[in-house]
Amino acid sequence: MLSVEDLSISFGGLAALGALSFEVAEREIFALIGPNGAGKSTVFNIVTGLYRPSAGRVRFRGEDLLALAPHRIARRGIARTFQNTEVFRQLTTLDNVLIGRHALLRAGFLRGALGLPAVWREEAAARAGARALLARVGLADAAGVQAGSLPLGAQKRLEIARALAAEPKLLLLDEPAGGLNPTETQTLMELIRGLRDAEGLTVLVVEHDMELVMGISDRVVVLNYGRKISSGSPREIAADPAVIEAYLGSEEA
Amino acid sequence: MRRAALGAGSALLLLWPFLVPRYFVFLTSLVVVNAIVAIGLNLLSGYTNQLSFGHAGFFAVGAYVAAVLTLRAPGVPVVATLVLAGLATALVGLALGIPCLRLEGLYLAMATLAFGFVVVEAIQNLDWLTRGNDGVAVPTAHLGPLALASDAAKYYLVLGVGALMVAAAVNITRTRTGRALLAIRESEIAAQASGVHLAAYRTLAFAVSAFYTGVAGGLFAFVVGFISPDAFDVFLSVDFVAMIIIGGLGSIPGSVVGAAVITLLYDWLAAFQNYRPLLFGLILIGCMLFMPGGIASRMPKWTQQAQ
Repeated sequence: MLSVEDLSISFGGLAALGALSFEVAEREIFALIGPNGAGKSTVFNIVTGLYRPSAGRVRFRGEDLLALAPHRIARRGIARTFQNTEVFRQLTTLDNVLIGRHALLRAGFLRGALGLPAVWREEAAARAGARALLARVGLADAAGVQAGSLPLGAQKRLEIARALAAEPKLLLLDEPAGGLNPTETQTLMELIRGLRDAEGLTVLVVEHDMELVMGISDRVVVLNYGRKISSGSPREIAADPAVIEAYLGSEEA
Repeated sequence: MRRAALGAGSALLLLWPFLVPRYFVFLTSLVVVNAIVAIGLNLLSGYTNQLSFGHAGFFAVGAYVAAVLTLRAPGVPVVATLVLAGLATALVGLALGIPCLRLEGLYLAMATLAFGFVVVEAIQNLDWLTRGNDGVAVPTAHLGPLALASDAAKYYLVLGVGALMVAAAVNITRTRTGRALLAIRESEIAAQASGVHLAAYRTLAFAVSAFYTGVAGGLFAFVVGFISPDAFDVFLSVDFVAMIIIGGLGSIPGSVVGAAVITLLYDWLAAFQNYRPLLFGLILIGCMLFMPGGIASRMPKWTQQAQ
C-alpha cells in the first residue's frame, strides 16, 4: 500500500535518512522504532509532503507522493497525528474534528455564505459524525472545550479523532502513547486494533513505548541514525542483537 | 435570549431614523460602513492571521469605483454599483494577495502599508478619471425609481447591505470555509494535513476581505457624498486595525462592536483632532494588556456564534 524506496534526506549536511526502504501492506499495523533522532518523524514528514527527500521514492497505492502538495496527499487518504501535538489550540475540540473532515465536506465559500439548506444539512451530519468520533476517543464530554486547554494525553486522542474524520486509508501515528499512562496506553492499543480490524485501516506508527509496539504491531522496522538496522515481527526484532545493542541496550544503560 | 435580542435590535435599527436627529442617522450609517470593513479585515487578520495595514486602500478603490461609475453611468442601480465596487476591489485584493502569499507578519504588514500609499498616489495622479486632489462629488444613488438623497434613505441602503453582509460573514465563519481559515491561523501544518489548501484559502481571504471593504467603500461614497484622496490615508488603515483589536480578533460580533466604538470615539473627539492618535494608541495598548481577546471576549455567551 505504501512503499518507501531508497529514501535519503539530509539537513545541513547531516544525513537524517540513508537509503531507507520498507513496504507497508494493506490492513497492516506497521511500527517504526529507534532511538531519538533516528529519523522516524522525518519519514512521516516526507510521506505527508512537508519535506522533500534528496533521493528515493514514496508510492501510495502505486501513485508517486513526492509530486503532490501536502493537502493533496491528505486527500489521497493519508491522515496523521503529530509528535508534539498540533491541535488547533484556540478552537473547540468539535471544530478540530470538523476541520479534519474538510476534504470530505462540499460546502464551498459561496454556498456557505448564502447558508443554503443543503449546507446546514451537511453541517449537521458532520457535527453528529464529529461527536461520534470524539466519543470514540473518550472525549465525548469535551466537545465544547478549547483544545489547547486539554491535557497532553487528551490532545493526542483528539488528533486521532481529527485524523479519522478524514476517513483515511492510511493512518500515521507519531508517538501516540507519549505522555499517556499505562491504562490510557491499553485503551489506545485497543482503539488502534479496532481501527484495523473493524474498518480495515492501515496504520503506520512511530513509537517509543515498547509495550504498545510489541502488543499491536504486525511488523516492525528499526532505525538507527537514519538507517534500517532490523526488520521483522515484534518477536524477531526483540531477539535481534543489533536492535538490543542500538535501542533496547541503550535504554537499559 | 438571542432571538429576543435580535428582534428588539432589528426593530430599533429599522425605526432609528424616526427616533433620533439626522446627524445620528448619518453617524449610524458610518458605524455600519465601518463594521463591514472591520468584518472584512477580521476575516483576513483575525481569522487567517494575515495582518493588513492597507485596508484604507481597498476602501478607497471601492469608493472611487462606485463614485466614478455613478458619474459616468447614472442609470446603473445602486445595488449593481456596489456589487461592481466590491468585485473590482476583490480583483485588486487578488492582485495584492497572490504575491503576498510568501509574506508573513511584519513583512506582510509592510507590503500592505505600501499598497495603501500606492492607491492614494494612483488616485492623485489619475486625475482624468478621479479628478485628483480636487475630489469627486458623488451623485445621488438610485434604486429603481427611488432617489436615495436623504440621510434616512442612505441609512436604509447601508443597513440593508450591512445586514446581508453580516449574515453572510456569520454563515462563512460557521461553516467549512471559516473553519479552514481558522485552521490556517492555528497551525499551518495541521491544516495542510487535514486537506486544507493553504495558498487557495489565504488568497480567498484576501479577495473576500477586499470585497467587503470595497462594498463598504462604495457605501461610504454615497453616505458622505464627497470623496478625496486625503480621506483614505494610512491613519484610516490603522483605525480599521484598531476596530478589530478592540472588538476582538476572530469575532464577527466583535468586529461590529469595535467599529461602533472607534467610529463614535472619532466623532466625540472631533474637537481634539491632534490628540486622537495618542488616545487611540493608549486604548490599543490598554486593550492588548488587559483584554487581549477584545470586547468580544467579555460579551455574554448568547452573543457568541452558536457552535
